[in-house]
Order: sequence, then structure tokens, then C-alpha cells
Amino acid sequence: MLAIRNLSIAFPGAAGPVRVVDDVSVEVGRGESLGIVGESGSGKSMLSLAAIGLLPRTARTSGEILLEGQDILRMGERALCGLRGRRIGMIFQEPMTALNPAMTAGQQIAEGIRLHRRVGRAEARAEALRLLDRVRIPDPARRIDSYPHEMSGGQRQRVGIAIALALEPDLLIADEPTTALDVTVQKEILDILDELVADLGLSLILISHDLGVIARSTDRTLVLCRGRAVEQGATAAVLRHPTAQYTRDLIAALPRRARAGLGEGPPLAAGGGAR
Amino acid sequence: MTALAKVPGAVLRLRRGRRPGSAALLVGGVLTACLVGIALTSLVWTPEDPARMRILQKLRGPLVSGALGTDHLGRDVASMLMRGAFNSLTTAFAAVGVGVGLGTLAGVAAAANSRLDAVLMRVCDALFALPPILSAIMLGALLGPGALTAIIAIGVFMIPVFARVTRGAAMQIWAREYIMAARMAGKGTARITAEHVLPNIAGQIIVQVTIQLAMAILTEAGLSFLGLGLPPPAPTWGRMLAESQTYLTQAPHLALAPGLAIAAAVLGLNLLGDGLAARLDPRRRQAS
Amino acid sequence: MLRHLLRRAAGFAVTVLLISVLVFGMMEIVPGDPASAMLGTSATPETLAALRAQMGLDAPAVLRYLRWLGGLVTGNMGISYTYGVPVGGLILERLAVTLPLTGLAVLLAVGIALPLGVTAAARPGGVADGAATLYAQAGIAVPNFWIGLLLIMVVALGLGWLPAGGFPGWGEPVAAFRALLLPALALAIPQSAVLTRVTRASVVEVMNEDFVRTARAKGASVSRALWRHAVPNALVPVITMLGLQISFLIGGAVLVENVFTLPGMGRLAWQALAQRDLIVIQNVVMVFATIVIVVNLGVDLLYTVVDPRLRRRA
Repeated sequence: MLAIRNLSIAFPGAAGPVRVVDDVSVEVGRGESLGIVGESGSGKSMLSLAAIGLLPRTARTSGEILLEGQDILRMGERALCGLRGRRIGMIFQEPMTALNPAMTAGQQIAEGIRLHRRVGRAEARAEALRLLDRVRIPDPARRIDSYPHEMSGGQRQRVGIAIALALEPDLLIADEPTTALDVTVQKEILDILDELVADLGLSLILISHDLGVIARSTDRTLVLCRGRAVEQGATAAVLRHPTAQYTRDLIAALPRRARAGLGEGPPLAAGGGAR
Repeated sequence: MTALAKVPGAVLRLRRGRRPGSAALLVGGVLTACLVGIALTSLVWTPEDPARMRILQKLRGPLVSGALGTDHLGRDVASMLMRGAFNSLTTAFAAVGVGVGLGTLAGVAAAANSRLDAVLMRVCDALFALPPILSAIMLGALLGPGALTAIIAIGVFMIPVFARVTRGAAMQIWAREYIMAARMAGKGTARITAEHVLPNIAGQIIVQVTIQLAMAILTEAGLSFLGLGLPPPAPTWGRMLAESQTYLTQAPHLALAPGLAIAAAVLGLNLLGDGLAARLDPRRRQAS
Repeated sequence: MLRHLLRRAAGFAVTVLLISVLVFGMMEIVPGDPASAMLGTSATPETLAALRAQMGLDAPAVLRYLRWLGGLVTGNMGISYTYGVPVGGLILERLAVTLPLTGLAVLLAVGIALPLGVTAAARPGGVADGAATLYAQAGIAVPNFWIGLLLIMVVALGLGWLPAGGFPGWGEPVAAFRALLLPALALAIPQSAVLTRVTRASVVEVMNEDFVRTARAKGASVSRALWRHAVPNALVPVITMLGLQISFLIGGAVLVENVFTLPGMGRLAWQALAQRDLIVIQNVVMVFATIVIVVNLGVDLLYTVVDPRLRRRA
């Protein structure tokens, strides 16, 4: 599905280029889910932006990102526009700022649909309504005409998911989708995400600094430290028997109860076994 | 890894090394220095007496008679421009003086006293709704056209500008902790304003003075274009433009020279203001 | 929303009243009054007193102020002594030139500034950005009446494309529009320079927002992200600047109307000064100031149209 090979990303800095991702290779198969863990500044988000060709203009890259054999880093802008949203969907961290404050939820969902499919306004709206229902937003018929500032954080993130999944892409990249939310809302959002990923048979890249989230929702895990891949493998194995010192430090930094949650029982079932 | 080597680090380093607003500061500073220099020089020396008419040499082109030619009365355009620079600058300085004096006073008073604030800001709204040209027309009926009319008309319009800038900046200072400390020490409002508030907002006021000087030069030119500025025979850029109107096809240099002089003066002060803002204004310093 | 509106309207009324006191007070201390201006120096004290009584000028100042205010509302502003016609009608006639002129200037200014500022913001530091910055700096520095002179020199006298001045009246709409085009452009250029600067800065800032990235991740092109997502969210500072500039625009109209000999409010005011037609000056200034304040009130309402977040704010 998606294969990242020897990817490096650098930005010009005062004392020469600063490398934020350094020679990372990782793969995600069809229907598989990959977790990417690391502290903030470890290059997680740059990796995900690179995968949809949205790195800042000043970024310099090397290596390749192959989506079914096609190198995203070498694609033209037009081809990238056709691919974003349609083949790769993306969910961002901050539901507060990730939605356009001047457009209603319905308009923002319908926009993606109309960008990639030749459908009328009414049809796109009907589709948006269906999607809102699918992300279990309460009272979707009313919410479709709501502006982001009229919704709660959890509702906004549901809209974010609806936008990302509007065209049933093959791959979903979720960059810290629950970090900005309350704990109770976090669980709801993850439940919806897990359910949709399973229903649609999507590949998933889930980026998080939260090992609990990674444990419940991913098959395999890549651990990033300062732009370098320090460890990767089956999520259960990585979390239970970490080999890299950095991974051990991450686990050690968790509160004891959370740590116990990772250790006991199969981690994949820890979150409620939706998949 | 070859792609990584292409990062233009050297160029970037060079740019980072420079302090913000340097180019604007340099160009603006040089233009403004030229303007002030020419204005001051005109007091002791001009190529010709700017008021001397030589009807026989009227409407000569540039370099035919004098560096910039002569006008419809045979006066030397270059000399008139030089003295015009002085007249323009003095009016602008006086007007901005009125604006910055009263405006800053109103601004710090509004920031220090919330009851005064509402009243002063309402008065500012009212003053700001009177474009200087209209005030000048009213004042013209009262005082007759002249420097005083122009200075008051422009200055009064600038009071709200300075009042708002000062008020905003001063309110931020009042919210700081060291003001609380000064209060606890028993210092009065006036003393805190003088000792803590004003020194801290001086930078922003200086920036605004520069920009408003440019505005004042533009407005003064407009007023003297309408005959509301300095009366003849004192040469002003605005009246030179008004007089050029009759000879647009015959003698285009009469319309071009004063216009370019105004543009250069305003551009210089604006650039200087931008450059200073990048250095002195804390908000813009963060943005750059 | 309604409460917000009412509060704004009250503030508006207070400001207008303040200005009216200011204007009335100033005209009050002007030496001489309309009656003496009308009769000239040769009038006997008796005829002067008679005319004063007839015009109501012998009443106390407060009463005359209130009468004037009432007149402003009903449109009964007195008689112009130079034109011998009611000032209200005169002003309406002149507004029919000045309002279309300034309106056209605003349209042109926005029409220049928005594409220029947005294109510049699409690639900060790029060629378009450099050109826009240059245009903005140069445009702010040139006086509008000088641009007017240059336009007359080049477009009207040189190329002969458009008239150099005068106004045929709205009976001939095409000719009237052509007569307004150059003066409107002269007004619009400095205006558009300021707006270009504000637009660029605002759009650059919004383009860094997360929701623009969301739009791009949906598959929106750069230009769609700019125009559909960034621009609507970048308009508030642009509109604010537009509102602040109305004062300059009206001042500029006085100048440009004189350059192009357009029979508008500005030229009326200027001629009234030359004739010492005090009633006309007083009312023209008041109408202009009211327009400035009404526009600012309108700008406040526009915010709520542009930004849905402001709609529910009380």
C-alpha cells in the first residue's frame, strides 16, 4: 500500500540544514494499521505531511514514498491534488483550528466530495449528511448547517473524520487525532475511528505520543526519536518487550496504571476489541 | 542525500544576520536626510530667488533654464521645490506636534482612567470623522487660508490617531506587574504614567510620528493645492501642482517635478517608519 | 445581536451629535453671519437686522442649533445665498456625483488590491510579492490629485481615451460613467496600495492556519485554498482598513473633484468657501461627517456577514 524508503526531510537553519526526519523506512500493507510513536519534535508530523505531499516549501527531501509503486515525492501538484482526500485521507490534531471557521460542517465535507466526484450540490449534501450520521454526530440534520464555533471539540473532530473519509480513501493518516480532546471524548473518537477503519478495510497510520492509543488501535508500531527510527515491529511486541532504550524510557514515563494496561493481556484487545 | 546538500544555507545565514527592517531603514533614512538637508539648505541658498519672476523666461524646460526649468511666471522650479520642501516640512512638523502632543495626552489619560476613557474615545471618533480637508475649509472660513489653518486642520485629525495608538500601548503597560509594584509603593497615576508608561511606549509613538509626518506632507500638499495652505508668494508643492494644471501639455515638467518631490518625501518617511517599527514596535518585532 | 446593534446605533448617534456641536460651534465663531455676507458691507444696520430676523439669526444660539438639527433631519437646511436655492436640494444634487465617484473608487481599489494582495501572499518572497510590495509603497506615497493630473496628461490629453474633466449629468449614463472613470482611478490607486498591504499581510497569516492545511489535504488546489478558504477568513482587517479609509477617500474626493471639475460635494464645499457661503459649508461638512460615521457603522455590520463567529456575539 504505502512504502516509505530511506526518507529524510531537512529544513534550512541558521547553522546549515536541520534534519527532522533521518533515513526512515517503513511500510503499511492494505488493511494494516501502523502506529508512529515519539515525543513532540520527533518528526512524526513531518512524516505524515510528506506522505500527502504537503511539506512546507522550504523542506528538502530525499528517499521515496511509494503509494502502490508511485513516488509521492516526485509527483506533480495536479496529480497530488487528485490523490489527496481521494486515496489518502487525513485527520489533524487540533479540531479547534483544523476546520474553516467561515464554512458550515456540511459545506466542508461536501467540498471534498465535489472536488473529486462529479456530483451536484444536493447530492454532495446528502452524502455529507450520511457521513455525519456515520461518525455518530448527534442530530446530524441540524449539525450539517452548524459552523465550527457552534460545536464541541468532539463534534468538530467527528466532522474532521467525516471529511477525511468522505471519499473512502485507501489510506487514512490520523495525526494525534485525540490529543486535544477530553479523556471521555477521546475514547468515543477512537471507537468511531476503529469501527470505520474496520468497516471500510482501510490502511491506517496513527500518529500519537500516547502509547495507550497506539496499543489499542494499531497492528505494528514505529518508534521515532529525533527523526530516526529507533525501533519497529508488531505493536504488542514493541510495547511488551522494547529493545531500544528510548522505547523503554517512553514506557517508563507512563503512570503505573497505564503501564500495567500495556503489560497485561493482549494490547490489541485492551481498548475494547472493536477490530 | 544529494538533495539535502542544495539547501542555500549561506544565503539564509546572511539574511538572518541582518537586523529586521535594515533595508527600509537605510533607504528611508537617506531619503529623509536628503529632504531635511534640502529644506535647510533652501534657507541660505537656492539657485535663484524662488519668488523672482522672469516673464521672458517663462515655461522653459528642464536644463534649458535652471535644472528643472521655469514656471508660467519664469520662476526657477528647482528653487521653488527647495523652499517648498522647507514650507512643507515645517507645516507637517507643526501639525504632527499638535497631534502627538494632545493625542498622547488623551491616550495616556484614557488608559489611566476608565471613566475618561469612554468620553475621550467618543470625542476621538468624532474628530476622526472630519477629514482634514473639510476642517480646513471650515477653518478657512474662520481664519482665512494660511499656515495656521493647515496646521490646525491636519493636527486635529491626528489627535485621535495618536490617542488610539498611545491608549492601546499604554493599556498593555498598565497590565504589567511592575506597575502593580509601583502602585503598592504609593506612586500616583500621573507619576506612574511619567516614569513607567511613557518611556515604554515612546518607541511606538516615534514610529507613528514618522508615519504621520508622511501623511501630513500629503495632506498639506492637498490643502495648498486647494489654496488653503501658505499664501503666495511662499512656494508650496501643492500650489505648484495647482498652477501646473493650465500648462499640462505645454510644460509637463511643472506637474511632474513637484509630484515626484512629494512622492519621494512621503516614501522616505514611510520607509523610515517601517524600518523603525521593525526595530521598536514589540508587536511587529515578533511578527517579523 | 440586536443588543449589539442598538448599542452601536446609540454610539453612532452620540458621535453625530458631538460633530454637529463641533461644526455649529465653529461656524458660530466665524466673524460675520450669513445675513451680513449676503448683504455685503453697504447694508444699513436696519436692513441687516430685518434680514437677520427673517432668517431667524436673532434667536439664541441654542435655539438656532436645535432648529438646524431639525432641519438636517427633515432636509430643510436653509437657502444658499450664492445659488439662491435650498441647500438640501443642492447637496442631494451634488451627492449624485460624489457618492458614485467614491463608490466606484472603492470598487476599483478592492478590484486592484484583492488579486494583487492575494497573489503576493500565495508565495511570500516571490516575484509577485516583490511587485506588490513595490506597488504598495509607491502607491501610498503619491497624492491622489497628482495621479489625477498625470491621468489627465496621459489618458485624456495624450491618448484622448477619456474626458479630462466636467460632468454631463446622469441623463447621459455612459458619458457620465466615462467622466467618473479617471477621477475614480485617481482616488483608487493610493487606496488600493494601502489595501494591498493589508490584504497581503492578512492572507499570509491565514494561509498558515490549520484549516488551510485541512483544505489542501482534501485535495483543494493552492488557488482554491487561497480564494475559498484563506480569503474569506482574511477579510476582517481588510474591511477595517476600508472603513478607516473612508475619511481619506472623502478628503480625496474634494481634491479630485477640483482637478476634474466635477460638480460634486467637494467642489461645492470649496466654492462655498470662496464665496463665504457659510450655510453651505456648515451643512456639507455635516453631511460628509455623517457619511463617514454611517460607513463605519456599516463596516461593523459587515464583520458579522464575513465572520460567522461574530454573529452571535451580543
